[in-house]
Amino acid sequence: MPIPILKQGSFLIATIQSAMSDSDAQQLQVELMEQVSRVRATGIVVDVTALNVMDSFAGRTLRTIAHMTRLRGADTIIAGIQPEVAFAMVQLGLTFEDIHTALDLEEGLAYLNRRTASGAADDA
Amino acid sequence: MTPELVVPVDRADDIVVAREAGRDLARRLGFSLTDVTMIATAISEVTRNITSYAEKGEVRFYVEIRKRRSVLVVEAADQGPGIEHIERALEDGYSTSGGLGLGLPGARRLMDEFEIRSDDGVGTTVVMRKWAPLDA
Repeated sequence: MPIPILKQGSFLIATIQSAMSDSDAQQLQVELMEQVSRVRATGIVVDVTALNVMDSFAGRTLRTIAHMTRLRGADTIIAGIQPEVAFAMVQLGLTFEDIHTALDLEEGLAYLNRRTASGAADDA
Repeated sequence: MTPELVVPVDRADDIVVAREAGRDLARRLGFSLTDVTMIATAISEVTRNITSYAEKGEVRFYVEIRKRRSVLVVEAADQGPGIEHIERALEDGYSTSGGLGLGLPGARRLMDEFEIRSDDGVGTTVVMRKWAPLDA
């Protein structure tokens, strides 16, 4: 099932469904990279609120998305990791140390807005 | 023992099928949402091992009763090339497929019991167990 990507201002919002397959994750990676360039996005929120399992493949793909889009000048926020998913991620050994995370979509967008407002120059 | 359920695995999309089947069964056995999520994550990892290394296999689910508790048993079996260095495959960060190398050691941490049988030319079977709560 393709992951819907919405444009809101200069941000992109990707909403992940409960059962994200490996091919969905890879397709998301390709599409976000393509859209960042096309719409000149400066920020991306990947909303994982509905995602009930974050395994090593999904984690690696989200990390790759964050790194690749960063190289294109867009910040990626992973928003809405559920408490039980976070618990399992820690047991699995999956860390998002170098990735921005937010409690939910609203917090993710607020973070991107703050960064845009401050020019993002002081957060290198 | 007859499996409760068997999920054939021969493409990456079957990973989702296997973990959702395990999730449903675990929920029926009375596991907490945290346990259910850990079980589903572990199933995802061992099933991906099948599609990454053996292409074809199956995930079998059993329910055992031990000490008056239900135990969910997940068996991920393939007839692939086998794992050459099981000890190393259980170390964090070891991968021969370009992955993160968290799959097997991570699955072991997520479950209560974990064993691997692997033989050259015969294939690999991962057996994992999680004990349901006493009051379930």
